[in-house]
Amino acid sequence: MPKIKLAENTIQLILNICTEFENKESELINVLHKVQNKLGYLPAEVQEVIAKGLNCSVAKVYGVVTFYSFFTMIPQGEFPISICMGTACYVRGAEQVLAEFKRQLQVEVGESTEDGKFSINCLRCVGACGLAPVVTVGEKVFGRVAPSEVKKIIAEYREGCRDDSKTA
Amino acid sequence: MDTVNLTIDNKPVVVKEGITILEAASGIGIDIPTLCHMKLDDLNIENKPGGCRICVVEVNGRRNLAPACCTNVHDGMEINTHSMRVINARRTVMELILSDHPFDCLICAKSGNCDLQDMAHKLGIREIRYKGEQSTYREDTSPAINREIDKCIMCRRCETMCNEVQTVGVLSAINRGFESVVSPAFEMNLDHSVCTYCGQCVAVCPTGALTEVDETGKVIRALSDPSKTVIVQTAPAVRAALGEEFDMEAGTLVTGKLVAALRRLGFDHIFDTDFAADLTIMEEGTELLNRLGKHLAGDKDVKLPILTSCCPAWVKFFEHQFPEMMDIPSTARSPQQMFGAIAKTYFADKLGIKREDLVVVSIMPCVAKKYECGRDEFKTNDNPDVDHAITTRELAALIKLSNIDFKSLPNEDFDNPLGESTGAAVIFGTTGGVIEAAVRTAYEVHTKKELPRLDFEELRGMEGIREATIDFDGLPIKIGIAHGLGNARKLLEDIQAGKSKFHAIEIMSCPGGCIGGGGQPYHHGNVEVLKKRQVAIYQEDKNKAIRKSHENPHIVKLYEEFLGEPMSEKAHHLLHTSYFDRT
Repeated sequence: MPKIKLAENTIQLILNICTEFENKESELINVLHKVQNKLGYLPAEVQEVIAKGLNCSVAKVYGVVTFYSFFTMIPQGEFPISICMGTACYVRGAEQVLAEFKRQLQVEVGESTEDGKFSINCLRCVGACGLAPVVTVGEKVFGRVAPSEVKKIIAEYREGCRDDSKTA
Repeated sequence: MDTVNLTIDNKPVVVKEGITILEAASGIGIDIPTLCHMKLDDLNIENKPGGCRICVVEVNGRRNLAPACCTNVHDGMEINTHSMRVINARRTVMELILSDHPFDCLICAKSGNCDLQDMAHKLGIREIRYKGEQSTYREDTSPAINREIDKCIMCRRCETMCNEVQTVGVLSAINRGFESVVSPAFEMNLDHSVCTYCGQCVAVCPTGALTEVDETGKVIRALSDPSKTVIVQTAPAVRAALGEEFDMEAGTLVTGKLVAALRRLGFDHIFDTDFAADLTIMEEGTELLNRLGKHLAGDKDVKLPILTSCCPAWVKFFEHQFPEMMDIPSTARSPQQMFGAIAKTYFADKLGIKREDLVVVSIMPCVAKKYECGRDEFKTNDNPDVDHAITTRELAALIKLSNIDFKSLPNEDFDNPLGESTGAAVIFGTTGGVIEAAVRTAYEVHTKKELPRLDFEELRGMEGIREATIDFDGLPIKIGIAHGLGNARKLLEDIQAGKSKFHAIEIMSCPGGCIGGGGQPYHHGNVEVLKKRQVAIYQEDKNKAIRKSHENPHIVKLYEEFLGEPMSEKAHHLLHTSYFDRT
């Protein structure tokens, strides 16, 4: 993994979050949650700062990060796509939906597209089994997704960003 | 203290409340088998994850079996430790553990000393009914420790030692489920981590997952090379433990047999690290008195306390974790390295040979010594002062390999000049020993009076942190002692916070000091073994005719012929060192 040099204000942001949780080692999971929420992912350098902030070993931080599937060390795309692999979604064809997303975007699960726009992840049940199979993009939920609709969903976001760049 | 009544295997027992089933059973001689659990009583070390489930017992009225190591007793409990249900469960658990363990016992470094192998034997496992995927993980080697994680059973003992006891924080369980392993952060190799190579993970690993780097082959090669003169030094703690490898009672002193065995192995000169320990006291003791004198005279640049620097794991620990305090430890090299430096100059000159033709082997209770002798500052023209450091265990293997019947060997003496030593040097092998040896010399040098007594009971013991005040003829010298790096950390944090009241502090990385070193015969969780070794070390001190380092005649001669005086320019060059920020 290439070494990243964290910006001074990123380091300060992480340390502030640690302070918010009173620099307690027992708050490690909460700190990781909040930091990932701010930065999108938890690269090694970020974990080192958290270890310093909570006065615990970086091995321990890494142990927790690798234990919970929610935490990721890989940068997420601007539009993180999650395909539900829970039982209901699975039996209604989530696997084919996933395969179509991988084919369209040419990335594997856990990876991001080269332009950084999209990343694919799997998750287990968002509690919308009646809409199976379910796909989420960012905060938005798509229900009863068929493989044939995948292209359209991707285009919706791709065009969305093209529009954004025009207005910007 | 409240007590509870219960029965274990139909035996009525009255025990105090709050203890575990395992402890209650052990009190009446029932030895419930355990695998992950480990408790070293007097050292306050306990690993109790309740993970392996080998110690399950049946409790009447309870639906599921109870893990004895982490289930407390209560009044009226009826416990069965060997019912059919219990035995079946234990065997099933064992078979499941073995179904994901390599079957290379015949060639495993831990064979014969493996807790997992012993347990499979004890439980009479004759087949494994579960076949499935086996976890595989790359091997990781470093200057001192090998990791073969395929053999890990996730008992977490190494994690307890690395994090709670030593506070080094290198090892942690990572990943989840079948993928989980014990590893440094980001799965980096050990030699990229802040590992100190103290070897306490190796000392407690129940399987062959963590072992020392085996250097016996290099020693055999050197011994069979006719162009080399091969000399050997043996650390103080080795003589108090080596016998255990040959089924002798723990605490049996085998100094004479050790020397005889080394001679039969073919070493040209059998020397003693104790000689260099006496030399260490001359240098470190002088440094202590110098710093103390300047400090008392009001020199603000001179810092106290002075910390001992004999232990390579401790040195690496503060280089990684307290780099801003690198000016506090003594600059004196460890006895192993002082020996090497003198051997490859003074002694090589005496023999009239080049340093490249002299091979120095050391026998150490320690795995960090392997790393220490490879440090660049201890080399001249790329030739190390100490060529190979092997552990007590590796020496035992060499002796067995060479068909030597250790128990029937006669007692023999070390060679001169580097084999002469005092009682002060012997006690370097236990916590409290280095500072007691320093006190014996520093007192007499400072006061110019003879010590009224040589045994400083107030400096001895197994408490993790100890302190004592020694009266230097009207000058009270405050001394601190810590063994185990977690305890050392506490004293260091006090110094950092300006709260330390000590003039001098002795630090040893391993619990118990070198007698409990990572290279010693495995104690298998029995703290009595360490205590007996400690008794043996003090006995050896008492047996010595000379018990103060500055009275060692060969040390006096070494200064007259070669070094001049303690802290001289030559002594500085050969016997002192500097430290490096490793953050």
